[in-house]
Amino acid sequence: MGNVFLIAEQKEGSVKRVSLEILSELGRQGISATAILPGFGDLSKATESLVNHGATKVIVLEHEALNNYNTEAYTNAIYQYLSTQSPSVVVTGATSHGKDFLPRLAAKFKTGIAVDCISFQFSGDKISIRRPIYAGKCSKTVEFTGIPVVFSVRPNVLAMQTGSKSGSVEKVNADPGLVKAKVINTVASQVKKVELTEADIIISGGRSLKSADNFKIIADCAATIGAAVGASRAAVDAGYAPHNMQVGQTGKTVSPKLYIACGISGAIQHLAGMRTSKVIVAINKDPEAPIFQKADYGIVGDLFEVVPLLTEELKKLKSQS
Amino acid sequence: MNIIVLVKQVPDTETKVRITADKHNIETNDIKWIINPYDEFAIEEGLKTKERLKEGSVTVVTVGPDRTVEALRTAVAMGADNAVHVKTDGTLDTYLVSRAIAEVCKKENAQIIFTGKQAIDDDQAATFGYVAELLQYPSASVIVKCDISLNKTQATLEQEGDEGAKNIIETSLPAVIAVNKGINTPRYASLPGIMKAKKKEIKTYTLQDLGLGSETSKTLDSDYQLPPERAAGKKIAGDAATQVKELVRLLREEAKVI
Repeated sequence: MGNVFLIAEQKEGSVKRVSLEILSELGRQGISATAILPGFGDLSKATESLVNHGATKVIVLEHEALNNYNTEAYTNAIYQYLSTQSPSVVVTGATSHGKDFLPRLAAKFKTGIAVDCISFQFSGDKISIRRPIYAGKCSKTVEFTGIPVVFSVRPNVLAMQTGSKSGSVEKVNADPGLVKAKVINTVASQVKKVELTEADIIISGGRSLKSADNFKIIADCAATIGAAVGASRAAVDAGYAPHNMQVGQTGKTVSPKLYIACGISGAIQHLAGMRTSKVIVAINKDPEAPIFQKADYGIVGDLFEVVPLLTEELKKLKSQS
Repeated sequence: MNIIVLVKQVPDTETKVRITADKHNIETNDIKWIINPYDEFAIEEGLKTKERLKEGSVTVVTVGPDRTVEALRTAVAMGADNAVHVKTDGTLDTYLVSRAIAEVCKKENAQIIFTGKQAIDDDQAATFGYVAELLQYPSASVIVKCDISLNKTQATLEQEGDEGAKNIIETSLPAVIAVNKGINTPRYASLPGIMKAKKKEIKTYTLQDLGLGSETSKTLDSDYQLPPERAAGKKIAGDAATQVKELVRLLREEAKVI
């Protein structure tokens, strides 16, 4: 299957888990892959993780301009290197950065793209890629008519495993090219939030919460187990939660291990965004709410009573372990 | 300033998806078509930009079959000055759609391009990046605030980052700016707007007209499938305290997720 490249992603020297998930899956399919790691400074921890998870080679694309993510600098540097390597497959994680630079990279290669895929299968020199569309209301297979095949993989869907651990590491001086758009400042959120699309556990609230203040009940519960907080469109439209917390077809599509929906009835467009969660729990006053049709476990009850009890119970569990 | 807004016509969010017999697409009979919700924010941002600068024109562009002209007319009814339709038959992939849009943007001498951060049908969120790269423009996505300098050479943008952070971005113009919900509140079409839109002459191109007659899609779709139905699980009985204890036990011992 020609030359397969993973564009790995690191943050402050640590590799994003999705990069390792993709390497693990390539390993299971017997595909050797080179990991490309753009960055600057000490990246030894990151390169070691990539090697441990099966990268046969790690190329560190090094330049000061790649220390923090920049759309044009990353695209230019990756393309400048890859264009000399005759890539047949270029894959990356469907993170905010991956989704940002990959279309530009695909355009440079004058090829197609498949974004946010949930599985891929190599067979001979073909690769067949599966991706959800309509926020998961259905899915389709994508095949490329030429190379390179360029695609990104959704975080949290592929299992992680260690690999042969025999890969080599090489540093290459990167060329970030001309940069016209620059991040001049980053304002961190006052409360550091777990990123929804990468969270293992999500607890979401709906319009039944009745106010923005009441979302604290959900946030308190989430904090006990390091969960991310989500919201339904109804809750966002009512002003109870910001849009970056919205789960659903006009928000984020998520697939955590555990999704707890509190006071969410289960509109089609919300279900679309969370139906691939491994385990779904619904807490709702209305026993007829459609969400119960999709939930593995349901509690018919008032969230204002149930959620605080759940918080206490999870705290107890934490103190025992 | 030539303000271009890229729009896509998509099935309404409440659409229940059905699949065609050959599994190569979804059934499009009986679908209610709407402007991609994120593109409505882009139209509004285009109109607001023109109003702030007190000059310029807003041109909406779409690619698709005849029905997609409706999306253009809705945008004109909201206040867009011009509309361009790239008329196509069959399905084009993101690559080819972006090639067509880039050609139109060249013809229209685009000075700023707005679009939604993604379309809610194919969820690729890739057209903005392709178009920007094809035109050699800078790009920024998931934008929730956009200030264009009065001399029209620069924009300051606010981007939604990970973990609730906000990135402040400075870019030269022309640029492609993909907007998120929250950047503004799209206006409704006015009655005079609707009357104007009905009569509006829409500029139409084919791929041949754009010099792309011999180009084909780089990806092919097949085997559309509905997700497996999730079986309804168990409802836990008892008073609230009992329910919660049992839930935590099940999550730990049966589902093994906490």
